[in-house]
Amino acid sequence: MDSGDTAWVLMSAALVLFMTPGLAFFYAGMVRSKNVLGMLMQNVFAMGLISVIWAIIGFSLAFGGTGSIVGNLDFAWLSGVTDLDGNIPGMAFVAFQMMFAVITPALITGATADRLKFSSYAILIGIWSIVVYAPVARWVFNENGWLFDMGALDFAGGAAIHINAGMAALAVVIVIGNRRGHGHEPMPPHNLPFTMLGTGILWFGWIGFNAGSALAADGVAAQAVVNTHLAAAAGMLGWLAVERIKTGHATTLGAASGAVTGLVAITPCAGFVGGAAPLIIGAIAGIGCFAALGIKAKMNWDDSLDVIAVHLVGGVIGTLLLGFFADASINGDTDGLLFGGGAELLKDQFVAAGAVAAFSFAVTFALAHAIRATVGLRVSPEDERIGLDQSQHAESAYSS
Amino acid sequence: MKLITGIIKPFKLDDVKDALKAIGVTGITVSEVRGFGRQGGHTETYRGAEYQIDFVPKVSLRVVIDDDRADQVVDTIATAAATGKIGDGKIWVTAVERVVRIRTGDEGTDAI
Amino acid sequence: MKLVTAVIKPFKLDDVKDALKAAGIAGITVSEVRGFGRQGGHTETYRGAEYKIDFVPKVSIRVVVAADAVDSVVETIVSSAATGKIGDGKIWVTDVERLVRIRTSEEGADAV
Repeated sequence: MDSGDTAWVLMSAALVLFMTPGLAFFYAGMVRSKNVLGMLMQNVFAMGLISVIWAIIGFSLAFGGTGSIVGNLDFAWLSGVTDLDGNIPGMAFVAFQMMFAVITPALITGATADRLKFSSYAILIGIWSIVVYAPVARWVFNENGWLFDMGALDFAGGAAIHINAGMAALAVVIVIGNRRGHGHEPMPPHNLPFTMLGTGILWFGWIGFNAGSALAADGVAAQAVVNTHLAAAAGMLGWLAVERIKTGHATTLGAASGAVTGLVAITPCAGFVGGAAPLIIGAIAGIGCFAALGIKAKMNWDDSLDVIAVHLVGGVIGTLLLGFFADASINGDTDGLLFGGGAELLKDQFVAAGAVAAFSFAVTFALAHAIRATVGLRVSPEDERIGLDQSQHAESAYSS
Repeated sequence: MKLITGIIKPFKLDDVKDALKAIGVTGITVSEVRGFGRQGGHTETYRGAEYQIDFVPKVSLRVVIDDDRADQVVDTIATAAATGKIGDGKIWVTAVERVVRIRTGDEGTDAI
Repeated sequence: MKLVTAVIKPFKLDDVKDALKAAGIAGITVSEVRGFGRQGGHTETYRGAEYKIDFVPKVSIRVVVAADAVDSVVETIVSSAATGKIGDGKIWVTDVERLVRIRTSEEGADAV
């Protein structure tokens, strides 16, 4: 066992944990003031609920046994994970992966803001982490998983986390419907300073998210730190450039959004690319995700805080661009199209993105329908008017 | 007694306060308000979606004063708050039928 | 001139604003207030302790209008702010003795 590797992975687990409250503030700033506690609560609650589920069964379903579709129950209740000891302890891998499991369903909350009943949210993400997240993590992150085995690359979760959560968000938005007043009542963000604070925390934590995925304190991890940071920087500049040209202003929300799109897109690529690639990937993501903002209006999907444009589209951009920019001289043994590896990797990346998207959409769509038909997904019209803070939690954020 | 209410541009509050102090006004009450008038609102853009913000931030101030000083106070506020640009605000005067100082129970002119 | 003051439910502000604009009203001033009336408050819970929140958030609107327009303004606010449920609020009218537009120093009807 390597103490340096172990220290870095444990440190990274803490960094990734910090991203969920960061995400909470990123989203909470964008909702209306009567829903700010509801949004913070949904994110922070995931740290409680998903951690427990992950320890009992989730980790084992993702990383136990040798199946290509789903794991087994060998590691249920986190028993026997010392079997995974290598350069780092199996328990360090558990800690690191647990934080991924927490933040992934939390990403969905941005799409369903202001109208998802808290009890239904708990049921939704609890089941989702077992039936959607655990199998997809298996496919992508475990050497027995079918996408991993096929040769698709996903360094830190472009497909497993961002495409997965983005498609789930879309499915729930279609089932739950739009916010009351959507399209004819203005719903501007109530506290953009929160969003800027959340962006800073996300950016900081993402260093652990991506570079920790090297599972070692080595050159690949160092490359991933630099790639992650540069993609965020280029994503911000790309988004702001288009925004400035199209609307006349460079906005704070644009800077925050652009940085996050760069971070999303570099996630699958972080340990597999080098040179100018992170700058190009980040900039393409910033520009592409800005352009994708129009999708929801065209389709009349009330994806309230743009989970589709940022996470789904950003995840797809990163996953596919890896097919071009993968560089075996940096890490691994697969070159992308631009490094003489032919189209084989690009094809695998298409399959990975498509398979994760289709599976996540189908299962989440069915799950959301089942919850809607039984206990309901939405708060009552009166509760929605009062806001989630008072109706769901009997609290106010800004009481005097 | 009269109640004088002014709606002014927020950045003019300090000028108005100083001008009122200089003529011996001993107390004013201030609140943050929003308003629209001929100034109109402005447009804000969030992730490509434009919102028309009709209301602009204003400061409302209230002064209770003796009848014979009401005009002087109105003129003082008008002078100190004016920029000559649209959106400078309004001042109006209404009659006050009874005033009480809570601490002492003084009424009328003594309570000002 | 008259000062019309209304206290309404916050989510009705946009309806009232649009109705007043449609009726040709050139400006209003809005502030966030809290009030209690027959509606009563609601209950909030902090660490197991229940608090009765007596004061309910309301929006206060002020409009200065010419005397002959008062009744139509009051009716416009009544019809656009009403939900028929308890807590819809109140409107009252007071007399304005002097009115000044700060930018131009216009007074009286010209300043409305």
